[in-house]
Amino acid sequence: MTARKLSIIGVPRRRVDGRAKVLGETRFADDIVLPRMLHCKLLRSPLPHARIVRIDASRARARPGVHLVLTGRDLPLEYGILPVSQDEQALCLDKVRFVGDPVAAVVARDELTAFEALDDIEVEYEELLTLATPEESLETAEPRIHDYGEEGNIHKRVALAFGDVEEGFAGADRVFEDVFFYEGNTHLALEQHASVAAVDPDGKITLWSATQTPHYVHRALAKVLEIPAAHIRVIATPNGGGFGGKSDPFNHEIVVAKAALELGRPVKICLTREEVFYCHRGRHPVLMRFKTGVKSDGTITAMHLQTLIDGGAYGSYGVASTFYTGALQTVTYHVPRYRFEGCRVFTNKPPCGPKRGHGTPQPRFGQEIQLDKIAEALSLDPAEMRLRIAERPDTLTANYLRVATIGLSECIRRVVERSGWKDRFRKLPEGRGVGIACSAYLSGAGLPIYWNQMPHTGVQLKLDRSGGVTAFCGATEIGQGSDDVLVACIAEVLGIRPFDIRAVTGDTDLTPVDLGSYSSRVTLMMGNAAIQAAERAKELLASAVARKLEIPSQRLAFADGRVFDVENPERGVSFQEAVCIAEAMHGTIGTVGSYSPPPSAARFKGGGVGPSPTYSYTAAVVEVEVDTVTGWISVPHVWIAHDIGRSINPTLARGQVEGSVYMALGEALMEEQTFRRLPARLSNALVHKFPSMLEYKSPTTLDMPLVTTDFVENPDPMGPFGAKEVGQGPLLPVMPAVANAVYDAVGVRIDEVPITPEKILKALEARASGKPARYGPAAFPRVEWPELLEVPPPWAGGDGRALNRPERKSAAKLETAPRP
Amino acid sequence: MTVGRAETRPKAPIRLRVNDEEQRVSFDSYKTLLEVLREDLGLMGTKHGCELGECGACAVLLDGEPVLSCLILGVECDGRDVKTVEGLAKDGRLHPLQEAFADLGAAQCGYCTPGILVTALALLDRVSHPSREQVKEALSGNICRCTGYLQIFEAVEEAMVASATRRSETETAP
Repeated sequence: MTARKLSIIGVPRRRVDGRAKVLGETRFADDIVLPRMLHCKLLRSPLPHARIVRIDASRARARPGVHLVLTGRDLPLEYGILPVSQDEQALCLDKVRFVGDPVAAVVARDELTAFEALDDIEVEYEELLTLATPEESLETAEPRIHDYGEEGNIHKRVALAFGDVEEGFAGADRVFEDVFFYEGNTHLALEQHASVAAVDPDGKITLWSATQTPHYVHRALAKVLEIPAAHIRVIATPNGGGFGGKSDPFNHEIVVAKAALELGRPVKICLTREEVFYCHRGRHPVLMRFKTGVKSDGTITAMHLQTLIDGGAYGSYGVASTFYTGALQTVTYHVPRYRFEGCRVFTNKPPCGPKRGHGTPQPRFGQEIQLDKIAEALSLDPAEMRLRIAERPDTLTANYLRVATIGLSECIRRVVERSGWKDRFRKLPEGRGVGIACSAYLSGAGLPIYWNQMPHTGVQLKLDRSGGVTAFCGATEIGQGSDDVLVACIAEVLGIRPFDIRAVTGDTDLTPVDLGSYSSRVTLMMGNAAIQAAERAKELLASAVARKLEIPSQRLAFADGRVFDVENPERGVSFQEAVCIAEAMHGTIGTVGSYSPPPSAARFKGGGVGPSPTYSYTAAVVEVEVDTVTGWISVPHVWIAHDIGRSINPTLARGQVEGSVYMALGEALMEEQTFRRLPARLSNALVHKFPSMLEYKSPTTLDMPLVTTDFVENPDPMGPFGAKEVGQGPLLPVMPAVANAVYDAVGVRIDEVPITPEKILKALEARASGKPARYGPAAFPRVEWPELLEVPPPWAGGDGRALNRPERKSAAKLETAPRP
Repeated sequence: MTVGRAETRPKAPIRLRVNDEEQRVSFDSYKTLLEVLREDLGLMGTKHGCELGECGACAVLLDGEPVLSCLILGVECDGRDVKTVEGLAKDGRLHPLQEAFADLGAAQCGYCTPGILVTALALLDRVSHPSREQVKEALSGNICRCTGYLQIFEAVEEAMVASATRRSETETAP
């Protein structure tokens, strides 16, 4: 079999599920209607932090049309996405931890009846002190929001040192110290979470759900329902947008499964938009302090990063998020000595988790603004400086991340050229400006959520005499086009059309496990597994066709729906015929493929977060216009170049970049998940400031700028056909590029997002009154950091292991301390 | 567990035209047009993103005008004409808007797509060659969190050309 030009990969094409979407026939979770189906609503806590003293649901149970009321007693087992943070209960048993935490569920003949019955449930609470901010949580040991974690209300603390940063600072020409704040925001996927559960005729249970991670939901259900996983089927319906917001196992998913089992009838839940804001798992608010030493040419000698992370009320992915705030600084630019300290605290707010970029956009924001400040202080062009300090290909970074191909420099050159950077930067009239920033992102997390040595993804192929190919994979279609990638990879190998392949995905009964649509892992991992399965099928077919044509199988080509002799293309068989003779020769044709990432070079505790088979790179130039009277900011144009390795379907790849720019501009300019106190005469409770799409601002068609997208395509040996990720990385540079452009336009630094007109006006006022021309956090609070885990970088003779084993501070000491 | 007899709520019977078909439907009178379409007429193509008139996912055409079906009561639609995403394709053939949306990446997750398609349809019915600004203005009430809108604008413009071609073909046909 000979290599040939790619005919599907890299060609812009209608996605395989495109027709269904424009017909409105894509079946989302809330579109599922089953006979005898009942409806569920959740009663949510009106208090941010309280003990549950008593729940009386007798009136609700007696209400006509109500079939079942569940409370925490019915589902007491704890679960959570990470094995180290099993801290959620489907319905709160003893305690509520934020306004919106569910305490009871009503299942009724229709949604309205269930909703009305919520009012019949009496819950008596004993209020506890509310912890509203990370600073309060740091200072307040009691009451604890959770009785696990580091101590008090500190969920997770990490301290890592890769080389001696002090030595690096001493050897620097200049040392810069800056504090930044990144406000939290939420995914705002247009589809509200929905799930339907039904007991199968054989007594097993099926859950259809808008989830990005059916495999992890499967595991959580098995645990909480205490049913063998083999008797539970989770089907991930196509998600109406995910962005990380549907990556945790959710209480409503467990509740409807339990209710269906209790009642023997299908049970559905669809959350309201307000409830989706309470599910959250969105961007963590992060306060950060960057200390960076540089030579006069911009070369970094050392970097010390500290992050204080507001986790909200539960663990979620938070331990991973904490590490992610410190993981990727070294992947973008060469940092020879690096120290990172991160601290995640619990607060009485909806839990934060993974949103597009997971834990990395916040420090990326700080790092890229600081680089802009450094370039200015050193009188360097920030684009040229970045070219000088960009990490080099085939490098093991200070923190043991193995970087293969890097297209960053090319990305920078392209956006500089396309945007006319050299004629614009510091040359535009007052009120107009341009800014540049860069980023890197994982193409899939190197480690699974729970420790195991099994593959991260699997693909099964079924070929039969019809000539049809069915591809089975647990990957979840969340709109990103994973079904299209699956089909494209197989079609390319087998020389058939994508339309000839049926994709069956995201179904734990039918499809091999795929860990889920998160960490930009699906294209790379599933794609490699799909290629492996397709190559194996190709071999089976080739051996049979070779025998029939009496030629060596190496002479066969698979293209245009045929299998033929490359030396005599007329001689060959149709693909269908090839399957028939292969079926006759080998028996039923089925193949499998799987993928596991390469082992990580990091062998220190915490080194599991950050490794990836390869990293994508992005550079962006943003142009802004700022009205100095109103502070109003508009963005007319964004130039972005992304190192994608190779784009599988350029139409979809471009959509991921433009969608990332869109979401990034929302975060940069307007989106914020913030909280307020209700008036004392009500309850003084800490509530979401605006859990509605009207008040939670997101960009509309009128806010969207022109976007000039460029792909740097240098196929990466780790990727399927050379592809890297494109779904998350392109979001990262946009927020800091906006901030840097605002500085270019009006000369004030806005060191936090969102960058709103009020903040610009305050910074302009500060400048006018002789104060620093800046708006942003003043200081980083004192955090009691644990002893540093010392890991010498590769160039200091390190082998990826830590030199020391820091004593873990025991939380027990604190628990036995007298209560105030 | 015995479930008490649920009180019966008064049902509202209406007649309306949906996607060029006469329909009679009875439903609980508090229901919105969105709920009537999805729950009583089985037209699941129309989506909901907020049920408060904030996102545009539930847009349908009422007597040819785009409206948010989550803000209109079913009972208000007696005798009126409704078009939903299910009414765009004819005889198994996609509407030029649908072709263009599918081809050009204008639908990612596809959840906002039905609302955007009917809103764009109303625009093209009103203005045969809208400018980019008019397209943006017309779709400014439809939130899409996936695409960044640009491929949507391009798809509308592509469909505008395709529709014009189709129209001129029809006009010149004998």
